[in-house]
Amino acid sequence: MVEYNTAQEVEKDAAYKKELVELLYQLADDDFILAFRGSEWLGIAPHIEEDVAFSSISQDKMGHAVIYYEMLEELGEGKADDLAHLREPKERKNAIILEEVNGPGNYLEEPEYDWAFAVVRNYFYDISKAIRLSSLKNSSYKPLAQVAKKMILEQYYHLTHWNMWFTQLINATDEAKKRMRQAIDKVWKDFDGVLTLGPSAKEMARLGLIKEEQELKDKWMTEIKEVFEKLGVELPTNDGPGMERGDGRNGEHTEDLTTALQTLSEVYKVDPAAGW
Amino acid sequence: MSLFAFDSLTEEEKYDRFLERINAGEKIEADDWMPDDYRKQLLKLIPMHGISEIMGALPEKEWVPKAPSLRRKLAIMSKVQDEMGHGQLLLRVAEDLMRPLGKRREDIMEDLLTGRLKFHNVFHMEAPTWGDAGVIAWLVDGAAIISQTMMLTTSYAPYGRALKRICAEEVFHAQHGEAIVMALAEGTDEQRQMLQDAVNRWWESLLMFFGPDTSKRTGNSNQDKNIMYKLRTKSNEELRQDFLTKYIPRIHSIGLTVPDETLHYDEEEEMWVYQQPDWDKFKQIVSNNGPRSQARLRLREISHENNEWVREALGKKQTMQTASV
Ligand SMILES: [Fe+2]
Ligand SMILES: [Fe+2]
Repeated sequence: MVEYNTAQEVEKDAAYKKELVELLYQLADDDFILAFRGSEWLGIAPHIEEDVAFSSISQDKMGHAVIYYEMLEELGEGKADDLAHLREPKERKNAIILEEVNGPGNYLEEPEYDWAFAVVRNYFYDISKAIRLSSLKNSSYKPLAQVAKKMILEQYYHLTHWNMWFTQLINATDEAKKRMRQAIDKVWKDFDGVLTLGPSAKEMARLGLIKEEQELKDKWMTEIKEVFEKLGVELPTNDGPGMERGDGRNGEHTEDLTTALQTLSEVYKVDPAAGW
Repeated sequence: MSLFAFDSLTEEEKYDRFLERINAGEKIEADDWMPDDYRKQLLKLIPMHGISEIMGALPEKEWVPKAPSLRRKLAIMSKVQDEMGHGQLLLRVAEDLMRPLGKRREDIMEDLLTGRLKFHNVFHMEAPTWGDAGVIAWLVDGAAIISQTMMLTTSYAPYGRALKRICAEEVFHAQHGEAIVMALAEGTDEQRQMLQDAVNRWWESLLMFFGPDTSKRTGNSNQDKNIMYKLRTKSNEELRQDFLTKYIPRIHSIGLTVPDETLHYDEEEEMWVYQQPDWDKFKQIVSNNGPRSQARLRLREISHENNEWVREALGKKQTMQTASV
C-alpha cells in the first residue's frame, strides 16, 4: 500500500490527495465547531472547577482543529485562518449534531444551556474520536499518523472527564435521569453524522488513510453498549444512531451552523487580509 | 511561647502578640489565632478579589468565540480559563477563612447576587469591540499585576501563596494583551482607531481601578487598616502612580494617546498629575449600577439557576466535584 511522508509527495497523486483533503476537512471541522460550542460555555458551567476543566478540553479540541487546518494549508488549500473563518456553510464537513446550539438563548444573553446535552454530546463524540485517532495512528499519510499519536494522549483525559460526568448524572436524581434520557435521545437521532466518513469512505479506507467506516462504527457501538449495560441504561435503538437531519459530510447543515460561523468570523471578516 | 501559655493570655495580650508576629514579618496560617478584625479585613479583601476574577472573565468571554484568528482564539480561551482558575484558587482561601463562621462558597455567590459582595469597577464596563479585549488584557491585567505584586508580601500566608501563582500567570496575560494591541497598532487605520477608541473608553476605569487616594473621597478607611495588618504595603495613590509610570510611556510609544490633556509628570513633586476620575460615578458603578453590571450578574444567576439540577444530582453522589458557585 502507498505511504506518503510529506505534503509535497502527495502532490503527484491527485486521487490520493482528494481523499486526504476530504478526510482532513471532516476532522478539522468536527473539532472546530464543537470546540466553538464548548467555548460558549465558558464562565457559565455548573461550577468553577468545571469551567476550568471544560475550557481546557475545548482548547485541546481547538488546538487539534488548528493542526488539521494547518495540514490542509500545507496541501495548498489556503491559509488555515481562512479555512476556519471564511468557508461557507455548504463547504463545511462537520456533523450536524456538533453544530447544534447548546440550548436556547445566546452565549451573551440568557444562555439557557443544557448541561445534559453538553455531557452526552461530548461523551459520545470523544468515544468516537478516540476510536478514530487510534485508527489514524496507522494512516498511510504519515504526518497524520504522527499527530494522531500525540492527540490520543490528550484524548484519554477528555474521555475520562466526560465518562465521569455521564456516570455521575445518569443514575442520580429523577430529574437528572430524565434530562440525561432526553439528551441521549436527542443526540442519538443524529449521531450517525459523526460516525460516517461521507460519500467516499470506501476510497479512504482503500488508500489506507483510515479504517473502514463500518469497522469504526461497530467499535463505537460495542463501547456504547458496554457503558449502557454497566450503568443499567437502555439504548434508544439497537441498530445504532440515525442521521435524521442530513449528512454534514455532504455539506448539509442547519441554521445553527450559519449563525455560529457569523459569530466566530465576525472580527476576522472585518478585514481578512489584516494582521490580527 | 508554648500553646498552653498562649491560650491563657487575655484577648488583648493575644492581639498584641499577633501584631508583634506580623511586625516581625511572620506569616499567619489559616489555623493560627487571629483577631476577629483581621479575619474580617481578609474576608472583605479575598472574596472580593476572588469574585472579581470570576466576573472579570465575563467581559473577555464575550470575545472568546469571536477572536479573529485561530491563534488568538486559543490564547484568549486560555487566558479566560486562567481567570476562572484564579477565582477558584481565591475562593478556596476564602472558604477556609469563612469556615469558623459557618459560611460556605454558596454564601459568597449569594452575596454577589444580592449586591452585598462587590466586584472590581472595571468588570462592570462594556467591551464592545475586539480592541477592548486587547486593552483589557494589556492594561487591566497590567493594573492588576501592579496591585497583586504589591500584595505578595501579605501577612496572610495562604493568600500570599495564591497570589504567587496568580502573578506568574498574569505575566502571560499581559503579553497576550500586548500582542493583540501591537497587531492593532501596526494594522490598518480601522484597526488603530478601534484600539484608540478602546483606550479612551477604558481610561477613566483604569484610574478608578486602584481606588480613591484618600478615604475622604469615598469614606472608607480599609486602606490604613490593611497597611497596619501588613496585608498591603502601598497606598492606592502609590499604586496608581506606579501604573502611570509604567504604562504612559508605553502607550505613547505605540502612537496612542490618553483622553486627558492635563496629564503630565510633575518633576518637582515627582508624581503624575492627572484629571481625577468621577468618584461618585465610581461608587455608582461598584454598587452594580455600571453599564454591564446587571447583564453580567444575570449571567451568573442564570448559570446558577440552570445548573441547579446538576448540583442536586452531584449532591446525591457526593464527590470532589461538588464544590459549586
Ligand atoms: Fe487573574
Ligand atoms: Fe489576568
